[in-house]
Amino acid sequence: MLSVQALHIPDGFLSVVVSIFLWFISILIVGYALRRVGQDLGERQVPLMGVLAAGIFAGQMLNFAVAGGTSGHLMGAAIATILMGPWAAILIMTSVVSIQALIFQDGGLLVLGANIFNMAVVGVAVAYMAYRTVLRIAGNAKRGILIGGFVAAWFSIEIASLSVAMQLVFSGTSPAKLAIPAMAGVHALIGIGEGLITVGALAFLLSARPDLIKFGETRPVGGRLVWVVGLLVALVLAIASPLASTRPDGLEWVAMQNGFIDRAQAPLYRIFPDYLYPGVSHETLATIVAGILGTAIVLGVSLGVAYSRRNRQASGG
Amino acid sequence: MHIHFLDPYQRGHSPVHRTDARVKLVLSVAFILTTALIPIGVWPIYVLLFAMVISLVILSGLGVGFVFKRAALAFPFVLAALPLLFTTPGLQLFSLTLGTWEITMTLPGVERFFSIALKSWISVQAAILLTATTQFPDILTAMRAVRVPRLLVAIIGLMWRYLFVLADEALRLIRARSARSGEADVPGHRKGGRISWRAQTAGGMAGNLFIRSIERSERIYVAMLSRGYDGEVRTMPHPKLEVSNWIELIIGGGILILLLVLSLLIWE
Repeated sequence: MLSVQALHIPDGFLSVVVSIFLWFISILIVGYALRRVGQDLGERQVPLMGVLAAGIFAGQMLNFAVAGGTSGHLMGAAIATILMGPWAAILIMTSVVSIQALIFQDGGLLVLGANIFNMAVVGVAVAYMAYRTVLRIAGNAKRGILIGGFVAAWFSIEIASLSVAMQLVFSGTSPAKLAIPAMAGVHALIGIGEGLITVGALAFLLSARPDLIKFGETRPVGGRLVWVVGLLVALVLAIASPLASTRPDGLEWVAMQNGFIDRAQAPLYRIFPDYLYPGVSHETLATIVAGILGTAIVLGVSLGVAYSRRNRQASGG
Repeated sequence: MHIHFLDPYQRGHSPVHRTDARVKLVLSVAFILTTALIPIGVWPIYVLLFAMVISLVILSGLGVGFVFKRAALAFPFVLAALPLLFTTPGLQLFSLTLGTWEITMTLPGVERFFSIALKSWISVQAAILLTATTQFPDILTAMRAVRVPRLLVAIIGLMWRYLFVLADEALRLIRARSARSGEADVPGHRKGGRISWRAQTAGGMAGNLFIRSIERSERIYVAMLSRGYDGEVRTMPHPKLEVSNWIELIIGGGILILLLVLSLLIWE
């Protein structure tokens, strides 16, 4: 599954401070969503959420050729939100993102909190806000639902990608003036693909099982909260990111002021300040020593494994 | 067509396979956390962390090539850090003038870029080692042991169980589409319709998949009810951690803390 989407951050690209902060937020929101959906669905929660998450995961395999060997495919936050309501969609996307990280290394483990935040929290909240807003303007008819689906899908991808870009900038991994326009530009195109598939899926569902679309509408208890959060997230990211990227190094400056970048690079504290350690005073020397030590460890284990395997074969045959 | 190839678990009887999943999950996350905490440019510690992963890979019998190949999957993301080569202020290595653009590569930039790439690569290998040597139900048990909400674990567990079923459904949909997608090789004749039409077809397939998922979940729910499901997720109590598990945890954690302290000593 080759994907042009760059929403799954691997380990190593976010600083520890950013990763843990986003874990904290994601845990709070997912915990609340679990309670919320439990109240709505009761005992149906586990089978419905589990199978739909598997469905979204499998749905991400469906793609269509765009041009030049690239293909569009589905992330699914918008369609999950429209069908199931925001709280259930948060759970579904959390499961999808977790399985992708735990099993397929599509996204890291330490940064899983950040990936859940981007795709399950930002993706869903923004999709919900956009969908509700369009429905309020264009009405509940078929046209409103389809336009709402496209807008929700596009915004969920675009704002989630801005969120990824901001996290990279705050971690000191990417400079704002390159990361934000690049992510926003690429995902503005990818978002069109997401939007078209979402519209296709909604059009199919409207003619095959129109009751399912209504299904999502009866759910959003506490929907206003999600709407407001989605609006805030979208506004903050949509306004702050271009600001950060047009004003030269604005965000880096903020990050520097708050010590984010320093903390990302520097150790939290220093033992033995200004003390030259005998033997490892020179970095090159230390690297050579580590190289020798590392090679010795690997060699030792290899020999041990080979030896025990030969022994087993000898005793077995 | 069944996609069992999705399951990353590699059967084996190595000491790594036999280690308790809880120990492996905690140590893997601790290892990745340690790797993230090591400051930029402390190469000796990177070498030692790499040696640790590779030793365990060899011990597990997975094959270094297998792990390297899978680890390459996370590589495209390195693009995100590429600008660091040129934007980090510091000692200039060389500078290139392309028209109006002047590109300057700096030593701290190179150091940061390769540190991030290397740390990411080492972390991915640790995650691959975990999932390739641990069966997923064991990982779920381990997740419960580290206090992930029981309901969420149950949802993820059910998702895992039906992942292959629904992936098979998706593959059947894709096969049906290709079976009906003839391509006329007429010069000047556009193949496969407009993009929006193709997207709509893919969307219809996705919608179809959701209907199948929802209907399947209803059948599963009824089946669960008929087996006495009352909304409570009941799970087997996990066995107590044995002394040997604690020793593994302490040794693993100790090595990681030692590496962290060493990195702080070397870092300047």
